[in-house]
Amino acid sequence: MKSSSLYRLQQIFGKSVPIVILSVYSLIALFPIAMILINSFKAKKAIFGAPFEFPTSETFSLIGYQTVTDRANFQNYFLNSAIVTFVALILTLFIGAMAAFALAEYDFPGNALTALYLSIGIMIPIRLGTVGILRLMVSLKLVNTLTGLILIYVAQALPLTIFILSQFMRQVPKDLKDAARIDGASEYRIFGMVLPLVRPALGAIGIFTMIPIWNDLWFPLIISPSSKTATVTLGVQQFLGQFVSDWNAVLSSLTLAMIPILILYILFSQQMIRSITAGAIK
Amino acid sequence: MQSSKRRSQFPVHVLVFLAPAVLLYTLFMVIPLINSLRLSFFEIGNQHQLNFAGLQNYIKLFTDSNFAPFFWRALRNNFVFFAVHMLVQNPIGLLLAALLAEGGQMRNFFRTIIFMPTVLSVVIIGFVWQLILNPLWGVAESMLKAIGLGAWFGPWLGKPETALVTVALISVWQFVGIPMILFYAALIGIPDELTEAARVDGASSWETFWRIKFPLILPTIGIVGILTFVGNFNAFDLIYTMKGANAGPDFSTDIMGTFFYRTFFGQQLQLGNPTMGATVAAMMFLIILTGVLLYMFLWARRIQTYEL
Repeated sequence: MKSSSLYRLQQIFGKSVPIVILSVYSLIALFPIAMILINSFKAKKAIFGAPFEFPTSETFSLIGYQTVTDRANFQNYFLNSAIVTFVALILTLFIGAMAAFALAEYDFPGNALTALYLSIGIMIPIRLGTVGILRLMVSLKLVNTLTGLILIYVAQALPLTIFILSQFMRQVPKDLKDAARIDGASEYRIFGMVLPLVRPALGAIGIFTMIPIWNDLWFPLIISPSSKTATVTLGVQQFLGQFVSDWNAVLSSLTLAMIPILILYILFSQQMIRSITAGAIK
Repeated sequence: MQSSKRRSQFPVHVLVFLAPAVLLYTLFMVIPLINSLRLSFFEIGNQHQLNFAGLQNYIKLFTDSNFAPFFWRALRNNFVFFAVHMLVQNPIGLLLAALLAEGGQMRNFFRTIIFMPTVLSVVIIGFVWQLILNPLWGVAESMLKAIGLGAWFGPWLGKPETALVTVALISVWQFVGIPMILFYAALIGIPDELTEAARVDGASSWETFWRIKFPLILPTIGIVGILTFVGNFNAFDLIYTMKGANAGPDFSTDIMGTFFYRTFFGQQLQLGNPTMGATVAAMMFLIILTGVLLYMFLWARRIQTYEL
């Protein structure tokens, strides 16, 4: 009797301890973000007086958002970030898929060497070439342009994209391609046929390419710091530098900068996490 | 029908497929990187011309009183920054992954929440924590008071002794999702038969984890380690956001990334110096390359004998 109840106790304990630890850690992860979101909708007095409370009809205020829309060029920053991220993403996926297809499909001389050459960029961060990149951008007159940023981000994202995509492309059944070849399809047609078959991989790579581009501070700061070409990340950074003491504005601009990524994340988090776990199982 | 892999001279379509990627990658990544390394052996003269300087820049970096103390401090701080990640971020990541891999209905929910800070910009995270830790707002202080640790609180970000570890812990808080998700993927990839057998023999889940699962995920531990290393020795955004290019207080949070930025672009009292900047970048390159090679030859080669 005694031992069985001890066993049950152990079982309950064993089941609840993980939940408790995970819950506590989730709170730690969520709490700072929640504090910013909640307080951005309050008047200054309530931000300091009752930081842990949700805004009530008395404390609710949008004054911070008003300052941000009046003083910062947020629409412009969002547009810049969206253009850079979107164009870089499409180029990376298309150009990367082409190269991955060549490496996976054809046994040309220098295949292994090309693959090795391209994969160096997976481990060596592109930032280390910043001095050279800035000189190149100056000579190409691409400083303070979105084009410059896009080209850098594509170059940065290509190595990993090619590496992962070529592994997926190797799994596309050979019969399919050979049948098309017998029918007289060109190699370009066959590429067009294979591309939709690796769509899940393209989606996963897309998400992981997007996030670092959207969030990057380094290259906007160095290559395109002008207010016309500033991205959200840089714009927020500069705006916050000027408005440090205006808590309403600070909290609101942080919230505005977080919201798009959080929405995207909540929409795609399941696919995103599944793609990592699926990739690892092989 | 021949196999789809054909041997031929060099088919035009292969060239068409490869050219854009190879060209963009070469032009915007490889050549600038090589050019940066090359510039570290030059000096800029009075007429803005480049003069070959041999190893002068490196000697300057290691001995000149304008550079050497900063370089060594940034390097040491960077190792501290890395150590905090290895000792706090990766073990917590492993713990969370192990708990998630046990299953349960709430699993997806926890996973999503814990990974959330990772997708946000470092700039946002930096400001968020600056506000939370700000004694003026007092949020962190009242939280600590609520659990009886009020006396602990201090202006951690403002004190040279605590600022670096505080910033490192904020980075840990943000990025713990990455080791967690990689460990989690590895753990759920372990076939059930392997752990079932042990459980039938009466092993506890603690024993099963350390005796069976842990050895099987050693390759992932290596990958997490090297990713942490490369990420940390390339870090910049968080410290720049929270502490500015001068990595205050009193350079106590200066790491290689901020030192590189300052050397390249200058600061209030000192003009920027592209060739010295290139020299700092070359040192970062050497450090990262050494780490990657050590990983490839010492860890990956020994470990990858386990094939599931």
